[in-house]
Amino acid sequence: MIAGILATARIEANIARRNRWVLIAVLLMVVFSLVLSAAGSAPTGALGADRLSVVVASLTSLSVYLVPLVALLMSFDAIAGEVERGTLPLLLTYPVARWEVLAGKLLAHVLILIVALAAGYGAAALVAILTDPQAMAGLGALWRLTWTSVLLGATFLGIGYAVSALSRRASGAAGLAVGVWLGLVVLYDLGLLAAVVADEGGFFTTQLFPVALLANPADAFRLFNLSAAEAGAAASGVAGAAGMIPQWQSLTSVVVWPIAALILAAQVFRKVDA
Amino acid sequence: MTSTLTISHLTKRFGGVHALSDVSLSVAPGERVALLGHNGAGKSTMMKIMLGLIAPDSGDITVCGAAPGDAEARMKVAYLPENVAFHPALTGLEQVSFYMRLRNVDPRGAHDLLARVGLADAATRRIGTFSKGMRQRVGLAQALIGHPRLLVLDEPTSGLDPVSRRDFYELLDGLAADGAAILLSSHALTEVEARTDRLLILSGGRMVAEGSLHELRSKAALPVSLHISAMNGHVSELMGAFPNAIRTDAGLNLTCTQDDKLATLARISDLRGMVADLEVIPPSLEDIYSHFSRRDGQ
Repeated sequence: MIAGILATARIEANIARRNRWVLIAVLLMVVFSLVLSAAGSAPTGALGADRLSVVVASLTSLSVYLVPLVALLMSFDAIAGEVERGTLPLLLTYPVARWEVLAGKLLAHVLILIVALAAGYGAAALVAILTDPQAMAGLGALWRLTWTSVLLGATFLGIGYAVSALSRRASGAAGLAVGVWLGLVVLYDLGLLAAVVADEGGFFTTQLFPVALLANPADAFRLFNLSAAEAGAAASGVAGAAGMIPQWQSLTSVVVWPIAALILAAQVFRKVDA
Repeated sequence: MTSTLTISHLTKRFGGVHALSDVSLSVAPGERVALLGHNGAGKSTMMKIMLGLIAPDSGDITVCGAAPGDAEARMKVAYLPENVAFHPALTGLEQVSFYMRLRNVDPRGAHDLLARVGLADAATRRIGTFSKGMRQRVGLAQALIGHPRLLVLDEPTSGLDPVSRRDFYELLDGLAADGAAILLSSHALTEVEARTDRLLILSGGRMVAEGSLHELRSKAALPVSLHISAMNGHVSELMGAFPNAIRTDAGLNLTCTQDDKLATLARISDLRGMVADLEVIPPSLEDIYSHFSRRDGQ
């Protein structure tokens, strides 16, 4: 059982390395993290927070967009690609269960994500610590950001596998993945903001809005990190809601989402004909 | 001796189409069985059912003492799909090592395995750069992993040159001698005839014939052709002796049933003064195959 998962993870890591996905993910994270940490250096003094905490707040906003994107890019081909190439029937005659195949792919993709996150966040943190002696105070926030980013990535990997299994063609899966990203990460927030503005502090804003934020894995991730961070005050917009939602609720959403997404992926994959 | 593969009364429909109707067969350890049939006869469907990739509508199937697709059956069965494909970014060595790990076989033997199928020099090249024949050999290599008890090979020699085909059948002979049961489908009738123990002919989802080539030949009861070359000037006399024959330039052609063959030969040998040469042509494998596969109005 473990051997099957490890063998699959190993071959997937080889494929990702060969296809430059590892390089692309690492470069994306490092470049954007460094750009943000450079851009975020101006307001440090005004806020009175240490440099690293401010960087973590900026990285949180970045990761909400970037981590789901990287995860979907790595996962959309996982099952549709096998179906389209015709490699799935042979694989399924081997003594390996479908969930083991999925677990192996997940393991490889999560490890790649961890490498990319460590490189990106690490670079930004290094710059912050080198330029501000007080920055060590923000290490706790950085650690929280890192593990929640991994969970956010796992959520979107699971969603990506489900999309991949549903569409059964790599091109269709890619389109659907972009749609999922736009919908969950970009349009969802815009829709909520529009509704809050139109509602003018009515039932929607006080009752539905917090639930809607918790229901979205990207928003829950942002809420959890900002409500925990000392630099939360620097945040604005949707993140302003961080104060009115208890932290245990956003934590629950952050932890439950990856499990739910992966169970969904396994269920959809089970229905794919060999 | 218990069979490695037993199928009884297998039926499978896709929509309203009968892909397989009441098919029964068994393959014993060490036996090499060829599955013949035109495109769409149900060969690949039957193979996918015995591998557990497709569920049958009805019928009993036992593979190495287990149900198709069971973990136990999967450990003991190797499959080579029609038009086998691999990830183009991987090298032959990486791909075969992966399959060895899935079967709990030490992947250090991957290079030797690729050498066995003639890919020693290409082992570290990407499969994306391989020719169709080389991909087919990677497919064969993965089917040899871990001493399978049953090999299910869907058109294994397609894309292979004649020398590679001979090497492939020698590999199969070795596996069968070790007690592996082999079921392979093919269009290449002549090579299958020489290298397998038994033929199965599938037509329109039905098993229309089963047996050795010799048995099928007598079951089909197709006529034997005889070409008689006449001595100079004796053609007309020979025509008189065999009025049903067709006259050709230098002799005559006649046909007779299998049962009449010896009697006819005796009559010809009585006329040996007039006969320059005699050629006996048994019905070809293609003739027998067409005879069986057309019986259902195909």
